[in-house]
Amino acid sequence: MNGEAWQIVWFTAWVSVLSTLAILPFGLGVAWLLARFSWPGKSLVETLVSLPLVLPPVATGLILLQILGRRGAIGSFLHRQFDLDVVFTWRGVLIALGVMSFPLLARSARMAFENVNPRLEEIARTLGAGNVRVFCTITLPLASRGIIGGMVLAFARALGEFGATIMVAGNIPGKTTTLSLAIFENVQLGQDPQAYRLLAVSVVLAFGAVWYSEWLLRPKKR
Amino acid sequence: MDLLLKNISLPLASFALEMDLEIHGQAIAIFGPSGAGKTSLLDLIAGLRRPATAFIQFDGRVLTDTSQRVRVPARQRGIGYVPQDLALFPHLSVRQNLLYGHKADGNTNGLFSVEHITEVLEIQSLGARGIYDLSGGEKQRVALARALLTSPRLLLLDEPLASLDAALRAKILPHLARVRDEFKLPMLYVTHNPDEVTALCDEVIVINSGRIAGQSPVSEWKVPQT
Repeated sequence: MNGEAWQIVWFTAWVSVLSTLAILPFGLGVAWLLARFSWPGKSLVETLVSLPLVLPPVATGLILLQILGRRGAIGSFLHRQFDLDVVFTWRGVLIALGVMSFPLLARSARMAFENVNPRLEEIARTLGAGNVRVFCTITLPLASRGIIGGMVLAFARALGEFGATIMVAGNIPGKTTTLSLAIFENVQLGQDPQAYRLLAVSVVLAFGAVWYSEWLLRPKKR
Repeated sequence: MDLLLKNISLPLASFALEMDLEIHGQAIAIFGPSGAGKTSLLDLIAGLRRPATAFIQFDGRVLTDTSQRVRVPARQRGIGYVPQDLALFPHLSVRQNLLYGHKADGNTNGLFSVEHITEVLEIQSLGARGIYDLSGGEKQRVALARALLTSPRLLLLDEPLASLDAALRAKILPHLARVRDEFKLPMLYVTHNPDEVTALCDEVIVINSGRIAGQSPVSEWKVPQT
């Protein structure tokens, strides 16, 4: 593999890690709320969280493009206030990956929180612990395997993202090209050996991530 | 202890817990069949349930008064609670479980110290063990010790012997009696076993379908025939 190919691999891995970390606080917050509380309109939030899983990625990308473009609600604000562009930059890649992998993290974390016996949290309160201590010392450690499994799945999903990324960030060599985009481009240009090399890297990364996630999420033997 | 429960209304799945109750004494049994609302009553006193209406006062301190929107959080009630399933934290060692809510109480001359409580309950050697490595009786004593280490002013015990076989029950019962006598802690002891009532308690409150069906000193209690 040449230097450009390695740059693409590193960029994709780096931006996938970053997007997974960026969605972590939101994913945990939403998952915890969904796991522990009921409120009117909860099903709407549940549906919104899962929507990127079922919408065509290109459609999600188009929605993001509308919102984050210079004429979009958020894009125009960022450009006006901070002279910051999202579309066709690495930030666009980051947001596309984050949005597309968010459901996997949130759903895994929600299941993990739901599997924590609420009685343990209640008894921790009778032992003098406040909400933050209960969350940090009881809920989070007991849900950690599911959360880490969800993070790995989100990372794997981000690695392979294509549709939303190309809509929001395009395919700019050295700036926004990810593994998936590079494979597609190489096939289009008839550069099959390079495409297969990148494919092999993708398979190894995705296989490793999913295998690790399955290992983490397997039932504990007691 | 002076525990006052007035105008209690807590909707449950198939009935509502509704009662007015005054408790004075040291070791009080809450007796009744499974599903009578005994655990819900303990949860309510511990601050783990939100009643529709309730006034709960313990030793002059108002813990819950729905009419005044007063609800002291569970963590500030000073109530030790050993639930039926024990709720030991499975990811923590025995020692970490014991120390989770430990409060050093300077006024009790070491009565509620880790050393004294683990000695009374004979669990000194278990500290480094994991929860899954304990026997049923050991888990029971660790859960009791954990609640005692918060230096509580009231102890709630929810069927502490129900999950144990007869031999283990006979082994744990003296520990409970020693806790009652040594720590002089007021305790509410939920059970559906009349033998435990007579062995440990001075007064019995009978609950059925969420309502008080009787209250009397244990010496005057007519043990139900099964």
